[in-house]
Amino acid sequence: MPAERLLLLGVNHKTTPVEVREKIALSSGYDEPLTALKRVRGLKEYYLLSTCNRVEFLLVAQPDKNIEQEIIRFLFGEGALLQDVGKYLYILEGQAAVKHLFMVAASLDSMIVGEAQILGQLKVAYRHASQLGCTGPLLNKLLHKSFSVAKRVRTETAIGSSAVSISFAAVQLAKKIFGNLKEKNVLLVGAGEMAELAAEHLVGQGVGGVVVANRTLSRAVSLAQRFNGKAVSMDELIVQLETVDIIISSTGAKDIILYKEDVKSIMRSRMNKPLFFIDIAVPRDLDPKLNELDNVYLYDIDDLSTVVEMNRSERDKEAVKATRIVEEEALKFERYYQGLAITPAILELRQKIDSIGQYELEKTMHKLPGLTEEEKKHLEKMISAINAKVLHHPLMYLKADSCMGRDNRDKKVAIIRELFGLGD
Amino acid sequence: MEELNYLLYLLVLGLTTLAMAAYLVFFISQNKTVRKAARLILVASGVAQSLYILSRYILTGHTPITSQHETVIFFAWATTWAYLSFRWRYTVKNFGTFVSFFLFCLVFISYFSSREITVLVPALQSAWLPLHAGVSLVAYGFLSLAFCGGLMYLLLERELKAKKFGYFFARLPSLDALDQLNSHCITAGFVFLTLGIVTGSFWARQAWGTYWHWDPKETWSLITWFIYLVQIHQRFTVGWRGKRAAIMTVVGFLSVLFTLWGVTYFLGGVHSYAG
Repeated sequence: MPAERLLLLGVNHKTTPVEVREKIALSSGYDEPLTALKRVRGLKEYYLLSTCNRVEFLLVAQPDKNIEQEIIRFLFGEGALLQDVGKYLYILEGQAAVKHLFMVAASLDSMIVGEAQILGQLKVAYRHASQLGCTGPLLNKLLHKSFSVAKRVRTETAIGSSAVSISFAAVQLAKKIFGNLKEKNVLLVGAGEMAELAAEHLVGQGVGGVVVANRTLSRAVSLAQRFNGKAVSMDELIVQLETVDIIISSTGAKDIILYKEDVKSIMRSRMNKPLFFIDIAVPRDLDPKLNELDNVYLYDIDDLSTVVEMNRSERDKEAVKATRIVEEEALKFERYYQGLAITPAILELRQKIDSIGQYELEKTMHKLPGLTEEEKKHLEKMISAINAKVLHHPLMYLKADSCMGRDNRDKKVAIIRELFGLGD
Repeated sequence: MEELNYLLYLLVLGLTTLAMAAYLVFFISQNKTVRKAARLILVASGVAQSLYILSRYILTGHTPITSQHETVIFFAWATTWAYLSFRWRYTVKNFGTFVSFFLFCLVFISYFSSREITVLVPALQSAWLPLHAGVSLVAYGFLSLAFCGGLMYLLLERELKAKKFGYFFARLPSLDALDQLNSHCITAGFVFLTLGIVTGSFWARQAWGTYWHWDPKETWSLITWFIYLVQIHQRFTVGWRGKRAAIMTVVGFLSVLFTLWGVTYFLGGVHSYAG
């Protein structure tokens, strides 16, 4: 156990520009590179993660510089040298590698911090590796741990709840106004790309129906089909306001297309049910005065950006909390890992001392047949007391925390093994 | 008995304050464990209030709704159980914080009013007392819930309209949830309020000979009743909802408070023996 290292090598969106990442990205899927890696000697366990933002190897291997070089060649192609690619590549070892893996799983290392996709990608990557028999006890444990860390971060912080985008902000506001979006209807005015995206988000939240109004009806019809909705002409706009709840406007019109008075008259027939207008057109489509009406909420693109900003700062706060969780878990794993090395040594040492004691005790008993039960008990007690006292200091030595922050457990285990002649 | 009674009162005081503090901590930290604790403390406070009222009933020999202290405690009790019965059916995010703060205010007021036990004046020695006063205070309980919801609505609505997202934005439920809360609580409160007025007029007929006296308290009850009636009517006919409904709820509740206390202190009248 002490003879092997946990290594993580990788490139990601922070260290490597997209042009380089493109070349590295493993487009052929996982199976081929995973099988190819089997040829690398000294590699005990490994797994490989490749997404559009990162390529990472996690290995358990013999401490050997060749392996790093081998992986670099594998990543960057033949002839690549560590010093050439050093600025892109990060190589992490031991606890740092564990922490990095947890950060990735918890989506703290993502381009959009808190996005949920990465965990799924990690699971897929792991499944491939384990199916091909590339992972072993340590990586199995470590990766499962990373899944549970991600879950813990997700439940204990709000990191996932505030993704950062305009359409997310629109959904968030709609929920603040309407609560439940089911049975709410969306009207798209103009068929711009951004409106489409926002509508997609809203439909994802389960809104009731989508209506599309556009100057060219054919475009409206095709967009409406996408959302299973209906298309109307621009002239029907005001009538439609009676039945819809959320309006996303993004026409290319130069002037305002909907005035306060138009909406005011409609509110009565709506029984004052709230209306939420989202104006993402520049120049604006909707009369800014709409916002003055009771139960009418108007947000233009700048207002939505305010919400996005707010989400961003909120998320940063949550990221601090999440990082703390990750660090805590990485430390726990480190302890577990170190325990793996120490526990067998402790067990062996105990066994050895106990068996010596037992052996000598039995020998003595044979020579003293006249002992009473009580005397025998005293002898047994004495032996176990001697055992315990002999073991005390070596065990303390093994279990003691690392000295001056340096971790020398491996060395300690080796010394004990040699002194007591364990494992031979 | 008197000692037990006092001990129970201290318990009510302690638990209500603790519930408020716990809800406040939850409001700031949004920690779910704290919320669970706060809920349990509030339930405990509700139980303690019930026991206190019971012990006072035994101590005084009549339903304890005759002095200012007793009325306020009964008011708090009605609000607590209205909230708990309500919560049992559905949750409104962070509503408990506002309600527990209101409860704390009530219990705080009760602390500064005399706990002395007064002899019941003959006019109040009637089976109508628990019915009339009790039902009215239960109505106030529901109306105070609507008031808390109304305040929450106004806070959130202001942030949504001004597009300045401060402290409350993330912590308040949706406008729709608050509006529904308002509608439910007012409907329930209105039913009890009507019953309170009807039982009151029967009692008046028995005690004073006429159903209606135009005594200040009666008049103000009627004004309050009309405020809520208008609101309910408008909601169903032309859809008064949202901000307007929330403002009306706050106004209605101010009228409730005036009926309960203002009338006694500023206007007097035959009702003035009660708190």
